[in-house]
Amino acid sequence: MAVTSYSGAEQYNFDIVKKFSVMALVWAVVGMFAGVYIASELAWPLLNFDSPYFSFGRFRPVHTSAVIFGFGGSALFATSYYVVQRTCQTRLISDGMASFTFWGWQTVIVLAALSYVMGYSQGREYAEMEWPIDILVEVVWVTYLILFVGTIMRRKQPHIYVANWFYLAFILATALLHTFNNLAMPIDLFSMKSYSLFAGTQDAMTQWWYGHNAVGFFLTAAFLGMMYYFVPKQAGRPIYSYRLSIVHFWALGFMYMWVGAHHLHWTALPDWTSSLAAAFSILLLMPSWGGMINGIMTLSGAWDKLRTDPVMRFMIVALSFYGMSTFEGPMMSLKEVNALSHYTDWTVGHVHSGALGWVAMISFGSLYHMMPKLWDTKIYSRKLVEWHFWLATIGIVLYIVAMWISGITQGLMWRAFDEFGNLQYSFVESVAAMMPFYAMRAIGGMFFLSGAVLMATNMFMTIRQGKREGAALEAKLAAKMAHA
Amino acid sequence: MWFSKPENTKPLALIIFFVTFIGIVIYVYGSKKRSKQLESYRDIPFLDDQPGDQDDTKDKQ
Repeated sequence: MAVTSYSGAEQYNFDIVKKFSVMALVWAVVGMFAGVYIASELAWPLLNFDSPYFSFGRFRPVHTSAVIFGFGGSALFATSYYVVQRTCQTRLISDGMASFTFWGWQTVIVLAALSYVMGYSQGREYAEMEWPIDILVEVVWVTYLILFVGTIMRRKQPHIYVANWFYLAFILATALLHTFNNLAMPIDLFSMKSYSLFAGTQDAMTQWWYGHNAVGFFLTAAFLGMMYYFVPKQAGRPIYSYRLSIVHFWALGFMYMWVGAHHLHWTALPDWTSSLAAAFSILLLMPSWGGMINGIMTLSGAWDKLRTDPVMRFMIVALSFYGMSTFEGPMMSLKEVNALSHYTDWTVGHVHSGALGWVAMISFGSLYHMMPKLWDTKIYSRKLVEWHFWLATIGIVLYIVAMWISGITQGLMWRAFDEFGNLQYSFVESVAAMMPFYAMRAIGGMFFLSGAVLMATNMFMTIRQGKREGAALEAKLAAKMAHA
Repeated sequence: MWFSKPENTKPLALIIFFVTFIGIVIYVYGSKKRSKQLESYRDIPFLDDQPGDQDDTKDKQ
């Protein structure tokens, strides 16, 4: 291993990390607000205002894109640029390319949101952007890949730290998934509308190959990269087992690509395909829990930090939710369980236990660790971090419990028969039964959003404090120089 | 052609992936010397630390 002394801003490009970190918080608030709004529309339908522009169908992709690609994506750009520079002990190969990925990515999110509200959508989950935006995503992503690989290639540290492997797998897999899922033919060169190159069952298969691997590589592998760097740093001790992290990486890489078809149980898809996907889903439990244990055991010998350090608490709760949702997912992929859970709110609850519990919590923890360092100061208010933690945790619990009850109720109502063999309930009766849980879910979302607003405020004040301290230090130095 | 038939290539792919994965596990856990070397990489995140880096937040620039 090479030990390199650290000389700060000149050595690394932290400007790009700062920009992405700030935008991650902006998109967190915007995207979570959109989520709370659409959850409220389901609980209190008058919020639709009888306008297509406010409808659930158009706002839902605004929410998913803003939180996954806006918040999650920006947090990943920020942390990956930070981690790759610090663990390779070298600067990003090009400031211009880094800047391009920032402006390109922000443009993608804004254009996507505007196009959804105007009614343009491919109708592919988590990939609703129409073809011109898809092309922009492709260009930005290839630039990101070149920048990341180029930086690794000129590293001063001979070994590539495992967090970078996870980030690289995420970048490569996302490029592959985005390209093939979005193969489409525009109806006209000057039209936003296009049609997929795939049809019928193949189209469904392609969509869920993309959909689940977006979960696997964008929302899991990438955030594991974050975990493998920031959990040890915050705990002040190295990862529990480096060898386990290697097996974790390869096992996830081998298995994730096979599981997408578990979203298509009991459909026109050949039975063996969805059975194979279910088998691989069950196998995935082992590496997922191996990774979770590796992260949590890093705290071994320093468990008191859980009591004293709210940032560490974010990270450990994130790992616990990672464990819980990677147990729930394989269970839901079993055909018998899926027959009850599919098309119900249980799925929505499962996604959010991963998205809020794992992705958002590990991002919050990592940003709380990283942002004060970037501005060379301390967190403005630890009390606000504590408040954020509890608001977020209570919000998640309310959300997930509401969706469990509502999902299982839906599933049972839809399959209930009367003594004559007719369906016992009409669909609208099942919708009416959901209303209290939809309100509970919206309230859970409000808790979570309030926490995110607190964090944004806290980080804004931290940045201001850092700038003030920097200015005061510069003034002091200038005065000293003048007297010398 | 033999490899153009999915019923042949599917089990072949399974064998290739499985053997490769087992190879990785043996590589990672099979030798004490290599294990020691691999575990030494755990410290990479701390190699460019400055004094005070572990002190909550205070860091660089």
